[in-house]
Amino acid sequence: MGEVKLLGTWPSPYLYRVIWALKLKGIPYEYIEQDLYNKSPLLLQSNPVHKKIPVLIHGGNPIAESVIILQYIEDKWPQNPLLPSDPYEKAVARFWVKFADEKGLSISKVFRSSGEEQEKALKESLEMLEIIEEHAPGLGQKKFFGGDKIGMVDLTLGLLAHWMGVIEEVTGVKIKEAGKFPRLEAWIKNFKEDPVIKENLPELKDMLPAMKRRRETVLASK
Amino acid sequence: MAEEVLLFGAWASPYSHRVEMALKLKGVEYKYVEEDLANKSPSLLKYNPIHKKVPVLVHNGNPIVESQVILEYINETWPGYPLLPKDPYERAIARFWAKFIDDKCLLAIFKASWGEEKEREKAAEEVPEFLNHLENELKEKRFFGGESIGMVDIVANFISFWVGAFEEAFGSELLTREKFPKLTNWTHQFVNNTVVKESLPPRDKLVAYLRNRFGGRNVSK
Repeated sequence: MGEVKLLGTWPSPYLYRVIWALKLKGIPYEYIEQDLYNKSPLLLQSNPVHKKIPVLIHGGNPIAESVIILQYIEDKWPQNPLLPSDPYEKAVARFWVKFADEKGLSISKVFRSSGEEQEKALKESLEMLEIIEEHAPGLGQKKFFGGDKIGMVDLTLGLLAHWMGVIEEVTGVKIKEAGKFPRLEAWIKNFKEDPVIKENLPELKDMLPAMKRRRETVLASK
Repeated sequence: MAEEVLLFGAWASPYSHRVEMALKLKGVEYKYVEEDLANKSPSLLKYNPIHKKVPVLVHNGNPIVESQVILEYINETWPGYPLLPKDPYERAIARFWAKFIDDKCLLAIFKASWGEEKEREKAAEEVPEFLNHLENELKEKRFFGGESIGMVDIVANFISFWVGAFEEAFGSELLTREKFPKLTNWTHQFVNNTVVKESLPPRDKLVAYLRNRFGGRNVSK
């Protein structure tokens, strides 16, 4: 079927979405770390439009954008499905994948900004959490958004489970007040305890200094 | 049991129009409900409590929202006319361009038309860059979908018709034949397609609406 290569930058949550999908489906791949400040010819060739990671290259064919990659993986390797088979339930899942992917950008923005811009991003992030807490189907009743097993919505929301805490620590800004989002918190606990996810999370002790440095670089370049 | 398909839409909305086109291409019978976006119906708020927007497709009482999610749903639910390629890789490419159009192109076009000054300048530089990517992607194909209209063409409906209306309403120049000959050709092919033509809003009415709604360039949204 062709070899699978994954271009990424540690510890990007977008990269990890793809890693989790590949691991959950048992797909072997070669990981190639990218330097975003000195982009490789392979990256520029594989993602000429956005020049970003992650990029999946399967049998020489590149696919960019994490949610598009997830959908490709799902289409190509049907074992351990990440989406429901019922078209309506699938549409509901796709809605939440889109929601998580778009609104999750606000949390990234909290990390990459300060002052008024950060305040605005914080407000948007809070709105996102509130909507998920109130509206996400199955949250609180089922183990994951996907039901008993992890699905694409869970993977797309992985940012909340692991990166959000680090972002809070690095920026000194609280995004999610403890106790205010019980259903979401229950999901976070379940997500992080899943054996595949647990084995494939970037180490906090390494993330903290790396993300501190990244934030300094980003703020300095503004 | 009879099947019930409802579409909540707004005549000037390109997103709403996408869904109409898809339903028509598939030959699905549906009931259209026009929404007054300044005075949203209880049904709309019930079916789309999170975003409170059109389009909303309600199939046998089940609501689906977000135009691209709806298009995927329509493609999977009703056989016949394929909106997406069967091959997973080609499908991924189609989804990539559909996402690019919504996330990048449309956003930049909106900002270039009525954003705040700094935003507008930046967006005005981005728009030709983005359109160029689409120009290159078209290559020698009649449509983005190949010989026939596919999901990318449907999502690009904004570029084929609304951009022209924007240009007229705001005196801007976004899509020129000189710079984008393939895209311009595609525009003609697309708007002249029978199914598409049937569902497009009247151009004059759209221009007047855009002028009215989004006013002069200095009005912030």
